Amino acid sequence: MRQLWTPKTGIILGGLAFGVLAALMTNWGNPANMGICVACFYRDIAGALGLHHAAVVQYLRPEIMGFLLGAFISAYAFGEFRSRGGSSPFVRFLLGVFFMVGALVFLGCPVRALLRLAGGDLNGITALAGVVAGAAIGIFFLRRGFNLGRSTKLHTAAGWLMPVIMIGLLLLAIFQPGFIFESEKGPGAMHAALWISLLVGFFVGFIAQRTRMCFVGGWRDIIMVRDFYLFSGIAAFFIGAIITNYAVGNFAADGLYHWGFVDQPIAMDNHLWNFFGMLLAGLTATLLGGCPLRQTILSGEGDTDASVTILGLLVGAAFAHNFFLASSPKGVGEWGPVSVIIGIVFALCVGFLMRGKAK
Amino acid sequence: MIEVDVRGFSCPIPVVRTKKAFDENPNESVTVLVESMVSKENVSRLAQSRGYSVKVEERPDGYKLQLNPAGR
Repeated sequence: MRQLWTPKTGIILGGLAFGVLAALMTNWGNPANMGICVACFYRDIAGALGLHHAAVVQYLRPEIMGFLLGAFISAYAFGEFRSRGGSSPFVRFLLGVFFMVGALVFLGCPVRALLRLAGGDLNGITALAGVVAGAAIGIFFLRRGFNLGRSTKLHTAAGWLMPVIMIGLLLLAIFQPGFIFESEKGPGAMHAALWISLLVGFFVGFIAQRTRMCFVGGWRDIIMVRDFYLFSGIAAFFIGAIITNYAVGNFAADGLYHWGFVDQPIAMDNHLWNFFGMLLAGLTATLLGGCPLRQTILSGEGDTDASVTILGLLVGAAFAHNFFLASSPKGVGEWGPVSVIIGIVFALCVGFLMRGKAK
Repeated sequence: MIEVDVRGFSCPIPVVRTKKAFDENPNESVTVLVESMVSKENVSRLAQSRGYSVKVEERPDGYKLQLNPAGR
């Protein structure tokens, strides 16, 4: 029996369950092809807190609180909670900012890229090509000795801060005080019931903590060490999502989805900037050591550098909407391409300059 | 004796450094010091995929992994 259950069995089943739930979340109320999108959900939280004023994307997404708190509980249950930090937090913050800028030019993180493809949106292919290209550039730097330095142990309370903040955000989501913004129309107004979002978040946070699931690491490990462990979770996620979409009738004639590049939900089809936006996302995530889902899980495990990265994601989302960097279904934002180029130049500088031992 | 000390480094640096040690020292035993369970798993998986045996020793500050190539 023991040989039947290997870590790979765990990540495949976990990925399948995540994929099924991610697809179903749309049928339960979340936006189309956005059942789960870690970048989009941080963007919505940034809007709910008034960090940006794009009225259509403001909502305290309980999935995010669920991911982090699920990982927090899991890390404690399995003796893996370790308060730590100090591995170039400011660099990580900026990489987080630029990850978000790239993701919001494409309109999705590496999770949503798969989910969009599983919902017929072929722009997901361009995006995944960008993620893989970005990861490949990141691997080039890793092989030359790129690193952001060692972290050190911190007081346990430091690692508790982000979980406590998440509990605070959850209370704000439940009691909805007047200073929290909430979209009345657009994607931000589309959401599953709070308790469903929270439970799904908890469950995914738990399995992602146990399996180390990462939607950039999977591609990275194939290229870097021909290791398919993390990728098997990505593949299972995709299969789970696409089967679910067919099974519940989302591809029926009157369903939500159809195959193609154009007229896809909350998407645009500028291939050039979809590609480069996600190249920036793949590159920054590889330099950071994981996608936003993984950063959220790490933060729940006590990694304060990952917590700083999350702050970067929130600020990046605010910049993206305040400065017209984010795309919309109408197309690329006015300053989107320039900001992606700046982001790529920044990430390349980080990759080239931060190698070997810190002096 | 080749020793790789990657305590405090987060994923994927421990794997990158261990792989480098393997590539530069074929057929040599390698000792890797890691801090987290994730790094222990990742380095062990790399070692096993390359035919190394893995012996894990728990220490106050993490784990010591003794990686021996096949036949040693």
